[in-house]
Amino acid sequence: MHWNSFADFLAMGGYAGYVWGSFGVTALIMVAEPFLVARSRRNTLALLKRQLRAESRNASGNSSE
Amino acid sequence: MLSIVAAVIARDLRLAMRRQADIVSALFFFIIVVSLFPLGVGPEPDLLRKLAPGVLWVAALLATMLSLPRLFADDLRDGTLEQLALAPHPLGLVVLGKVIAHWLVSGLPLAVLAPILGLQFDLSAEGLLVLTGSILLGTPALSGIGGIGAALTLGLRGGGVLLSLLVLPLYIPVLIFGAGAVDAAVTGLGGQAHLSLLAALTCAALGFAPWAAAAALKIALE
Amino acid sequence: MNDRFNLYRFAAPATFYPLAGTLVPYFAAVSAVFGIAGLWLGLFVAPTDFQQGEGYRIIFIHVPASWMSMFIYLVMAFWAAIGLAFNTRLSGMMAQALAPTGALMAFLSLWTGALWGKPMWGAWWVWDARLTSELILLFLYIGYLALVAAIDDPRRADKAGGLLLLVGVVNVPIIYFSVKWWNTLHQGASVSLTKSPTMASTMLWGMLLMALCFWMYSIAVALMRVRTIMLERERQTDWVKALLAAGEK
Repeated sequence: MHWNSFADFLAMGGYAGYVWGSFGVTALIMVAEPFLVARSRRNTLALLKRQLRAESRNASGNSSE
Repeated sequence: MLSIVAAVIARDLRLAMRRQADIVSALFFFIIVVSLFPLGVGPEPDLLRKLAPGVLWVAALLATMLSLPRLFADDLRDGTLEQLALAPHPLGLVVLGKVIAHWLVSGLPLAVLAPILGLQFDLSAEGLLVLTGSILLGTPALSGIGGIGAALTLGLRGGGVLLSLLVLPLYIPVLIFGAGAVDAAVTGLGGQAHLSLLAALTCAALGFAPWAAAAALKIALE
Repeated sequence: MNDRFNLYRFAAPATFYPLAGTLVPYFAAVSAVFGIAGLWLGLFVAPTDFQQGEGYRIIFIHVPASWMSMFIYLVMAFWAAIGLAFNTRLSGMMAQALAPTGALMAFLSLWTGALWGKPMWGAWWVWDARLTSELILLFLYIGYLALVAAIDDPRRADKAGGLLLLVGVVNVPIIYFSVKWWNTLHQGASVSLTKSPTMASTMLWGMLLMALCFWMYSIAVALMRVRTIMLERERQTDWVKALLAAGEK
């Protein structure tokens, strides 16, 4: 173990802003990106389901005339 | 083979002569952009002399970009492009002809204007000479590479800006060697190395770009 | 010919969709394992650098991100070549699925490069050959994303984007060479961000592990993204309709 205390670890020898600014943005990207992609897939599925329902409603509506 | 290229050049030049305003506006754009820089950074001669190669070259890049959308758009509009694509001769040769014609009305005038504008920046005689040579050597590559961008973005919304986004990163080596040649000549190192590399880029561009552009045209016309 | 497992089945979106879905959690898990190992080495085991103090630890993000941004571009160009040569739909979708992740890697490389450069060289940006090339790579990614976004027809977008990638990949060495040339002529001392004569083996291993972490992560995200792309593009097909009817979440 390299560090003498947790405070030392956080301080990163005075470079805290730079080091945690880097690791932090990385973590942010690696959380936000999958989340956004998953959300996009859910939205697409919901949209397609709605369209499918609308189409089948149209089809059954027309065939009953 | 040569006759196809020559025929396309002749046609494109004839059409360009009917629209001389387009050519002249691009040249005035070049002049205005070059004049903006001293207005932006101040009139101090030493600074301007140092900036001159880069400024003139970047302005030349931008002026070339202005005229690129028209390379294929007019022919697309009147249906000529589809005929050319269906014709038995290789589309790559047709594109080569168009690229050369484009250079004749865009790059060549820039090379003529550049030394005059270089005087505004107090470039030495040696610098002006190498500047003219570098623009003469480099602008055919710009037309060639630009043709690929013009073909890829054919008929798309956002045309001109999208074209710039695609093509400007690819122009960077030409910019580096072109401006670098002038810089090297002015500082006494001699621009031969840069100019040779520039010539190599232009040869490679003229050799490969028309075929890539032809492939892009086929994709766009499907 | 049933005694040979036919991989080409998975070139069809209908078969690849469920496969991709199954694979994502595995790649995510492997990425997490590599990440934990890499961070352990990088943040806890690797010694302090003699010249750069603790600030050098940014390389454990910067170098892997740079490697991935270049690697992903190559993989995209590979799929572009396959798609143009064999006219396959899935190749184009994979290239489009990889692009945003590649662009983010390039951005991350530049961001961490700036955060590394500021304490080391005193400026948020240095026109070092590698950073400048990375910036141009980001421009190439953005150009590709802009082009495919501007084309409505998905097949034309695939092919045009594919051609742009092939032109780009051929130009990357030329661009890198010209930028190196430009950099050495204009700057006397070479300001290199990864110049260190000997790197402690823990540092090297840390970088490798983080690179593997980023690689597995990129694959996982790209597989996730390609599933969405497949759903959008193949919405009229039977297999998508069956999925929707079966209540796919």
